[in-house]
Amino acid sequence: MTLDARLTVQRGGLTVAVELAVADGEVLAVLGPNGAGKSTVLRVLAGLLRPDAGRVVVDGDQLWDAAGVHVPAHRRSLGMVFQDHLLFPHLSATENVAFGLRARGMPRARARAAAAGWLDRVGLGDLGERRPGQLSGGQAQRAALARALVGDPRVLLLDEPLSSLDARTRLTVRAELHRHLAEYRGSAVLVTHDPVDAMALAGRVLVVEDGRIVQAGTPAEVARRPRTDYVARLVGLVLLPGTGSGTSVALEGGGTVAVAEEVTGPVFAVIRPESVALYLERPAGSPRNVWPLRLVSATPHGSVVRCDLAGEVPLTADVTATSFAELGLAPGAAVWASVKASEVAVHTR
Amino acid sequence: MRRPGDGGVPAPLLVPAVLAVAFLVLPLVGLVVRAPWSDLGSRLVEPAVGQALRLSLVAATLATLLSLVLGVPLAWVLARSRMPGRSVLRALVTVPLVLPPVVGGVALFLVLGRQGIVGSWLYETTGYALPFTTAAVVVAETFVAMPFLVISVEGALRAADARFEDAAATLGADRWTTFRRVTLPLVAPGIAAGAVLSWARALGEFGATITFAGNFPGTTQTMPLAVYLALQSDPEAAIVLSLVLLAVSLATLLLLRDRWLGRAVTT
Repeated sequence: MTLDARLTVQRGGLTVAVELAVADGEVLAVLGPNGAGKSTVLRVLAGLLRPDAGRVVVDGDQLWDAAGVHVPAHRRSLGMVFQDHLLFPHLSATENVAFGLRARGMPRARARAAAAGWLDRVGLGDLGERRPGQLSGGQAQRAALARALVGDPRVLLLDEPLSSLDARTRLTVRAELHRHLAEYRGSAVLVTHDPVDAMALAGRVLVVEDGRIVQAGTPAEVARRPRTDYVARLVGLVLLPGTGSGTSVALEGGGTVAVAEEVTGPVFAVIRPESVALYLERPAGSPRNVWPLRLVSATPHGSVVRCDLAGEVPLTADVTATSFAELGLAPGAAVWASVKASEVAVHTR
Repeated sequence: MRRPGDGGVPAPLLVPAVLAVAFLVLPLVGLVVRAPWSDLGSRLVEPAVGQALRLSLVAATLATLLSLVLGVPLAWVLARSRMPGRSVLRALVTVPLVLPPVVGGVALFLVLGRQGIVGSWLYETTGYALPFTTAAVVVAETFVAMPFLVISVEGALRAADARFEDAAATLGADRWTTFRRVTLPLVAPGIAAGAVLSWARALGEFGATITFAGNFPGTTQTMPLAVYLALQSDPEAAIVLSLVLLAVSLATLLLLRDRWLGRAVTT
């Protein structure tokens, strides 16, 4: 099962021209600033908006093409999660989740049972009778996810699913979303302006700017070799998966990272490139995070140079052009990298 | 910014406001004061009063139902469809709002009367003539009242978030299912408010009714017509009938205000 789309849409002064393919079980993040045309892409994939040219194909079925094929949204097998959940305010959580099954003709009792099952899976088993107005933001977004997934759609579209949540709720909902996306067997497209969402949730990232794809690749590739200044600023973060224990994280790829807070269980250690310092000799004193690495490539952007570093703990460092010149580094050179434990953020995964 | 002291309404605003209240309330007080309270009971049970009241209530209710059945879909078309010429259509629909009702009655007569464009055809094929029947009362009242419903439902539809309808579409609901299960419940307060407005307008309808349906006790003489007629022969009867209309209107307003109208304003 795959989603395959090439589309051109004129929206006011912006021309959105995007090509994407999402395999079965894959999560593709479309990352970009507000107004880049990300949501337009999603609306076309959903069938809510007709593109000016292109095609949308799911599992070999033509859903839209310029020759006149147009399968409207309600006849497509899809689930969509919106930024502000858009649960129907006059229906209970269970009725909201059952809505799609009922609309597709499932008898009431079976639809309600399936809805209750999904509410259980997202941790809302006790709140089925509540109206959306009586749910917290995180609960409502979980119910919206259940509503999108209950019909086992071939395509799952997520439009900024976390951006209306406060920071704390966001972390837990993101971790749950990660779990559900891992179990989801169809093609998922996540639209977000938050690089952490994209890197934590997606296997592949499309960076969209002014309606065009400026870069595509795995989150690590995009972060390590940003092709434009914009991408560099947007996706500078390095996400290192590992397991937390006390104040250190044992990385999946080997090595450990010291952090400031106590952590347990599966986490991402998140390091911003500007917090990585580079030295030719092992730095004096006893910083807890010091690794001998090798410079793979160096890309200037703005007033800094992004250094892609390989070794036990692969890192990305932004150093000023001046200090880069003083270090006299060339690709292949050995270098010491250090990061303060307090500069390492930790996200549960 | 709070001004010190009590009162706080400047005289240039206070005086006209008080006058406005007096202007609106005093006539109603006059009606109550001049009512023949001593023989009110016996006058109320007169068959003519019950007959006119029953006809008024039935006709206004039927006109409201007809307005709902025709007007809600029209409001949806005005608010949601991408049909060309919608602004022209909206202007046409609202004409009866500003048209003197008597003119509406004349126009109805010219179209639906026995000699009318549609009416003559109806009469020739079925032998049925609409004017001067109870059905004509309903038609006249609907003509005058439906624009109120259309305008208020269209406003509610425009205020409702259309993205809920997108969400319903992504869940497999076609436009008709979406309309029934999502749009209608979302705008229900607006529809209720519009229905109350239409009903009140239909209940008080005079000009179009008397022109198109006439003034026959038992079939077309609604309360407003009965009031007008009684005022010329028996002013006390007119007061009694007016009191009844006033009571019915106030009761409806009080009954529905908290349940629907209040919500329509706050949502």
